[in-house]
Order: sequence, then structure tokens, then C-alpha cells
Amino acid sequence: MIEWLDHFTQTLFATAWDILPILLIILVFQLVIIRKPIPHFKKTMIGFVFVLVGITCFLEGLERALFPLGELMAQQLTHSDFIAPNASPSETPWYAYGWVYLFAASIGFATTLAEPSLMAVAIKAEAISGGTIHALGLRLAVALGVAFGITLGSYRIITGTELYLYILVGYGTVIIQTFFAPKLLIGLAYDSGGVTTSSVTVPLVTALGLGLASSIPGRSPLLDGFGLIAFASLFPIMTVLAYAQISHWLNRRKSSC
Amino acid sequence: MLTVILIFQFLVIKQPIPDVVNLITGTLFIVLGLTLFIQGLEQSLFPIGESMAQAFAQKGSLFWLLCFSFCLGFSTTIAEPALIAIATEAAKIAQNEGLLENSTTTVLQYALGLRITVALSVGLAILLGVLRIIYGWKLQHLIIYGYLAIIVITPFAPKHIIGIAYDTGGVTTSTITVPLVTALGIGLAKAIKGRNPVTDGFGLIAFASLTPIIFVMIYGMLL
Repeated sequence: MIEWLDHFTQTLFATAWDILPILLIILVFQLVIIRKPIPHFKKTMIGFVFVLVGITCFLEGLERALFPLGELMAQQLTHSDFIAPNASPSETPWYAYGWVYLFAASIGFATTLAEPSLMAVAIKAEAISGGTIHALGLRLAVALGVAFGITLGSYRIITGTELYLYILVGYGTVIIQTFFAPKLLIGLAYDSGGVTTSSVTVPLVTALGLGLASSIPGRSPLLDGFGLIAFASLFPIMTVLAYAQISHWLNRRKSSC
Repeated sequence: MLTVILIFQFLVIKQPIPDVVNLITGTLFIVLGLTLFIQGLEQSLFPIGESMAQAFAQKGSLFWLLCFSFCLGFSTTIAEPALIAIATEAAKIAQNEGLLENSTTTVLQYALGLRITVALSVGLAILLGVLRIIYGWKLQHLIIYGYLAIIVITPFAPKHIIGIAYDTGGVTTSTITVPLVTALGIGLAKAIKGRNPVTDGFGLIAFASLTPIIFVMIYGMLL
């Protein structure tokens, strides 16, 4: 119990340390430049404490429950004994990694739905759009994008193809989609790319990438293990743009009937 | 999230869960933490971001607004734990490639240099994003220029930095930065006449995940 409490306070301090520079800058600018007291000071401070304790509890829970299991599973699934017990590793074709792809997709989907910063943006988007954007629909679209991105990223690590080519094609697709997408959602779609990957997704996805790269012969974990996060922040842009296009199209069809 | 792990554990790996008590208490913590976080968000980060944006807009001082945006981007990124982890990893790679001398100080310096590069680029990104909202530039044009810059620079960047550069784009925006920066953008778009909060308010984070890619590749080329 004491050991646990100790760990909890450590996480709390680490989180406080992350928030500190932000808090300082807000206070300095508010008091020195704007020269007005912070509106609803007490309420805001209580809110800050809530955010601090909330993130601490969240990280603590992740570390206790999900990270050890998720990392263990990423290792077990990518272990060569599990993938092809009898074949020599260098002859294993890319489609022998079926479970890895499925795991990559589901872990990407699930972690994104649980991502706190995505919730924040989705809530905000629903509030200011007056309900034309649904928070859950947006989150689902982003989660699908991350799932697809991480699956493709695993495929890239397994086949050892060039990261640059995928990113090039991805950018091309985003640019083409932008021309056709309803203007209203473009900013939101671009933002969702960066939002998806934070506290939950990064550690688990990194574990998967490093596990994959170290169990496949010819891949260096340091060189090929990276890149999954890049995929996870590119593909949500496409799915959110697609979501915007589809909902726009459905709305138009509904109103014309 | 939990369901996914449980299903895979039982059906695919076919092993019992190692530690049930920790799993249950951990899940309770996650639910509690998320509830508190969302509550606190609506009470503190959202209103403060919007009220500051409005105060700056009323004051009409562009210089201080830009100063604030840069500092916000820089300070939140330099302290980001995920970035620290990735920068250290990147320094190790550079050492393995024989680019750095085999000593701890050079590795630490390389990692710190990388973090400062990313933090500078995020600061600039938020600044540029704020300028965009003020002048009403088209978001998609700037993003497309950014993409083009990345595509042009990549062939010239050293191979070991490319994966890291692309990843740093996603890592920079943390759980606290995102709500604050989103509120700032939306607050600005609300305060300035002729801007629509939905179309113009978003986009700050998009820049913050684009510029680090360019800057980190340039950093890799210079060293």
C-alpha cells in the first residue's frame, strides 16, 4: 500500500512538472501583459487540480492494467515461435502475420477511442458546430484511421519497404481529398492527425513496432521500429475527410428527398 | 481497449491473465481519471484558453499575442515526456551509425538539441497558426506547402533521421496542450470579425504536427 502510494505521488509530481511551464506562461501573460485577474479564479484552479489528478489516475491505471498486458502481448504475438514455429524465419511470407495485423488494428482502434485529448477536441467540435459534427462519429472516424494506419505500418515493418513512399502517397491522397471535402471540416480533419497520438497510443504502439522490428530478421529495431506513429497521425486525416464527405453527401440526399 | 486485450489474451495467446487484481483496480483508475479530466477541462483549460484569446484580441497587441503563442508551443513541447523518450532513442541510433563519438555527453547533447529543435518548430507552428487565423489565410494552402517541403527535403535527409522525424510530428502534442491550443484557436476565431470558429478555429495542431518533421530533418542534415 505504501509502495503504491509512493508510486502514485511520483506520477503526480511528474504530471505536475509537465503542467508547470504551461501554468507559468498563462499566469505571466495574464498578470503582466493582459493585466486582468483571471475570471472565476477559484473555479479555474479547481479545474486545474481536476485535470492534474485526472491525468495522474488515468496514467496510473494504464500502467497497472493495460500497459504490461499490451506490451507482453505485442511481444508474444511478434515472437517467431508464435508466427511460424516450423518454418525458417527468413522464409515467412508477409501474410503469415495475420494475428499481428488484427492486433495492430484493434489496439489502434481501442487506444484512440480512449485517448483523452481526442475527447477534448471532439467535445469542442460538437459544441461549436451546433451539433452538425457528432463527437462520437468523429472519434470513430479517427479511430478507424489510426487502426488502418497502424496495420499498414506493421505491414511496412514486416516487408521492410520504404517509409518515404507511403508518406508520399498518403500526402497525395490528403491533398486530393482536400479539394473535394466540405470546407467546414478541413481544419478539424488536419488537427485530428496530431491529436490521436498521445498518452495512451504512443507507448503501446511503440512497443508493437519495436517488438516487430526486433523479431523479424533483417530489420533493425532502431531503424525500422519508428514510423508507426507517423502512420497513425496521417491516416486519421483521410478518414475524417472521408467522414466529412459522406455525412455531407447523406445530408444533401436527405434534404433533396 | 480492455475488451481487445481480454479477447486476444483468451482466444489467441490462450494464457490466463497474470494479475487480475491489478487489472480491475487499474481499470477503475482509468475511468475515474478520465471523468476528472473531462470535468477539469470544461472548468479550466477551455475557458482560460478562450478568455485569453479574447483578451488579446481586445487589447489589439499583435506582438504579445504572437509572443504568447510561441512560448506556449515551446514550453509545452520541451517538457513532453514522449518527446524526451524519442530524442534519447534517436541519439542512440545516431551513435550506432557512427555519427557521434562514443561518449555520454555527445549523446545527451544530441538529444537535447533534437528536443530544442522540435520545441522551436512547435512554437513557430502555433505562431504561424495564430497569424493564419488573424489574416484569414487558407489552411489547406499552407498545409500543402508544408507537405511539399517535407517531400522535397526527405531525399536529402540522412536515412536514420527520417523515421524519427516523421514520428516527432505525432508525439509533440500532449494531453494538456491539445485542449488549451484548441481553445485558443477557437477563442481567437470567435473574437475576430469575419472568422468562423468551425472553419478557422481549428488547424493549430495540424501545424504543430507538420513543422517538427521539416525541422528535425534539417537538424539531421546539419549535423
